[in-house]
Amino acid sequence: MAVLNEEQEMLRDMARDWATNKSPVTEFRKVRASGEPEAFNRDAYAKMAEMGWAGVIIPEEYGGSDFGFMSAGLVVEELGKTLTASPLVMNTVAASAIVLGGSDEQKSQWLPKLASGEAIATLAIDEGPRHDPEKIETTVWGGKLSGTKAFVPEAHGADLFVVAAKDGLYLVEKGDGVSLATRKLTDQRSHADVTFDGAAAHKLEGGGDTLLGDVLDRARVLTAAEMLGMAQAVFDTTLDYLKQRVQFNQVLATFQALQHRMADLFADLAQMRSAVEGGLQAIDSGFGIDRAAIIAKAEANRVLHTVSNEGIQMHGGIGMTDEYDVGFHLKRARVLEASFGSSSQLNNRFASLAGY
Amino acid sequence: MATQLKDDTQTHDDAFRNEVREFLAEHFPEELKGKGNLLAGLDGPTNESPAHTKWREAVGDRGWGTPTWPKEYGGGGLSRSQAKILDQEMAKVGAWNPIGGMGIMMFGPTLLEYGSDEQKKEHIPSICRGDIRWCQGYSEPNAGSDLANIQTFAEDKGDHYLVNGQKTWTSGGQWADKCFALVRTSRSDKHKGISFLLFDMDAPGVEVRPITMISGTSPFCETFLTDVKVPKGNLVGKEGEGWTIGKRLLQHERTNISGGGRLAEMMGRSLGDIAKQHCETEENGQLADAALRQKIANFEIRWNSFLLTARRAMEESKAQGGVSEISSVLKKAGTKLAQERSEMLIDIRGLQGLGWEGDSFEDSEMEDVRAWLFGKAATIYGGSTEVQNNIIAKRVLGMLDHQ
Ligand SMILES: Cc1cc2nc3c(=O)[nH]c(=O)nc-3n(C[C@H](O)[C@H](O)[C@H](O)COP(=O)(O)OP(=O)(O)OC[C@H]3O[C@@H](n4cnc5c(N)ncnc54)[C@H](O)[C@@H]3O)c2cc1C
Repeated sequence: MAVLNEEQEMLRDMARDWATNKSPVTEFRKVRASGEPEAFNRDAYAKMAEMGWAGVIIPEEYGGSDFGFMSAGLVVEELGKTLTASPLVMNTVAASAIVLGGSDEQKSQWLPKLASGEAIATLAIDEGPRHDPEKIETTVWGGKLSGTKAFVPEAHGADLFVVAAKDGLYLVEKGDGVSLATRKLTDQRSHADVTFDGAAAHKLEGGGDTLLGDVLDRARVLTAAEMLGMAQAVFDTTLDYLKQRVQFNQVLATFQALQHRMADLFADLAQMRSAVEGGLQAIDSGFGIDRAAIIAKAEANRVLHTVSNEGIQMHGGIGMTDEYDVGFHLKRARVLEASFGSSSQLNNRFASLAGY
Repeated sequence: MATQLKDDTQTHDDAFRNEVREFLAEHFPEELKGKGNLLAGLDGPTNESPAHTKWREAVGDRGWGTPTWPKEYGGGGLSRSQAKILDQEMAKVGAWNPIGGMGIMMFGPTLLEYGSDEQKKEHIPSICRGDIRWCQGYSEPNAGSDLANIQTFAEDKGDHYLVNGQKTWTSGGQWADKCFALVRTSRSDKHKGISFLLFDMDAPGVEVRPITMISGTSPFCETFLTDVKVPKGNLVGKEGEGWTIGKRLLQHERTNISGGGRLAEMMGRSLGDIAKQHCETEENGQLADAALRQKIANFEIRWNSFLLTARRAMEESKAQGGVSEISSVLKKAGTKLAQERSEMLIDIRGLQGLGWEGDSFEDSEMEDVRAWLFGKAATIYGGSTEVQNNIIAKRVLGMLDHQ
């Protein structure tokens, strides 16, 4: 765990406390049972916004606290542990697009609402099942945007979409010319193909040529922070389980074959944490963000993949049951692994940045 | 007030920086630039050039090879921030610390903590100057991972101990002046019967036989001890405290093996750049072998997150005071990554990367081959990977022993 300042420690403790007591995995089960496609609890999100979590990276003049990404990551990690279903991650990343590229007017119009939870924003970038920001067909003619975005996360709850078109990022409000087709994935969270048919769009003119890439870097890192919480939770649950499950007249934790696998996972988790914190710190410092973001997401992919598989295996049969939580982590894990860059895509990007 | 204090420190630091620069300008010879050999202490005596000797003496006189050790025992007496400045300035001009070996890496710090004032006065100054080589007499034929099983016995003869037994894998034993060893002073308790004893390698009854390694070199020995007389004053701590002291020393050893900076320096250039020299590339400069490109990037990503972990461990241990529980993780992960890199260096070059001797191979190629082989030891010594796993599982994760 990075060395935190007092503000950050308070924020983390508050998030941990809330997630543990007010938003345990049973809350996610309720969301799932409700069958609502937006797949989150509005009251819970209002509460989160009230505690300031929706505005952590938003400047104070627009109603946020401007604590930065490290702080946002701490909250997201805690919520990831209990699989809290909410649009917080996507809202934060979409807000960062407006912070980086929005005009004063766009900022005043949207940021205060996104910080207070009054409105929710998300990203609509990819147009196929694989993350590929190079392959964008969406176009804008005379302020009207047209194209179809695939598997848009948190689409159902969003009031505002940050949409990638051929010539840049645009803000599009939910409404006329915007239609959703639900795509239910294994994580049972909100995803939809979103078709924009001449929807009114306003360009984010600032932020330069790298705006899309900069926003995606933030998406990678904050997603990795959620994954860190998930990996930690699976690890902790598995360790607890091994310490109480008795076979051959002894608790499983006494078996060296399992001890060494847990030691491997522990070492992997340590690296994942460093990579994620490195990414968050890079964003806040403004240095080497692209590289740090690849490292963060690639390590998150690698480690969560392993931990989620090992978690099931070391639980034995009970790990296969819907009644047990580890399966939820596994199913969410794969969705996040494929979002904003799979491992092989990130490897390619890393090699290109390094020039080989 | 606070700013005043800060300014004072600043001026102080600036003055020290100038002092370092002047020292380097005067004493560090151009010809030694970038020629530091981190493994010198383990590889055996490098044939020290006169320039090297002069440089070592200059650094030793100031105590700057052991910058933060107390001045009264020959260390530099520097604060952490001054030591950092020293590092930075040395790096700028390609200078390196000419003083190394087990004295600095593990024995010195342990003696500073557990030795008597007399022992510190006797041994620390020569470590700081790099005059005396130390070796580690821990392992025995039947005491490797199960180190506490050592049988070498030190019998109390009134004013001295009479030591009999055999040590093995003694790195640098054939070149060392002195040995710090774990010996048994009592057979009644496995751990409490162990004591920490120092002896001279040229004492009568000490015999070393070099062992050849798979890399072709003989950096370690079997060490036979037959009726070796060791003065009582050479006992560090009390009788029976050897296990506690010995384990402390192992922590220093682990930290040194995995110190992120150290490994980073050993790693050198990017694998991607090296691969581009040896393998086919596309017009845009990308490696043509897409699988290799993936493999290298995947490695370098993991390597970077390891470096971040090493840095994080340092920051945490500074903030919390004390050794971070992560030292076993670093040792295990760092050594594995280093081995992986060595394997890839070989792989990238094809059979040219497996040269053993002859003019048709470049020195650097053959060095990489030997390093690849020697590197296999890193997951064995200093507590093997399996032993680190045991430590993590039991001490960190609280997984229980077999009942
Ligand atoms: C290059 C090199 C330099 C060295 N230098 C020194 C030196 O200067 N001084 C010194 O005193 N020693 C030195 N050593 C010795 C080193 O510390 C030992 O080799 C090490 O402690 C392992 O002991 P061993 O070789 O007896 O292997 P063993 O302990 O016999 O182990 C064999 C295998 O079994 C595994 N194993 C052992 N116990 C367990 C367990 N409980 N659970 C699971 N797996 C286990 C090990 O991990 C290893 O893979 C050196 C070794 C090498 C290779």
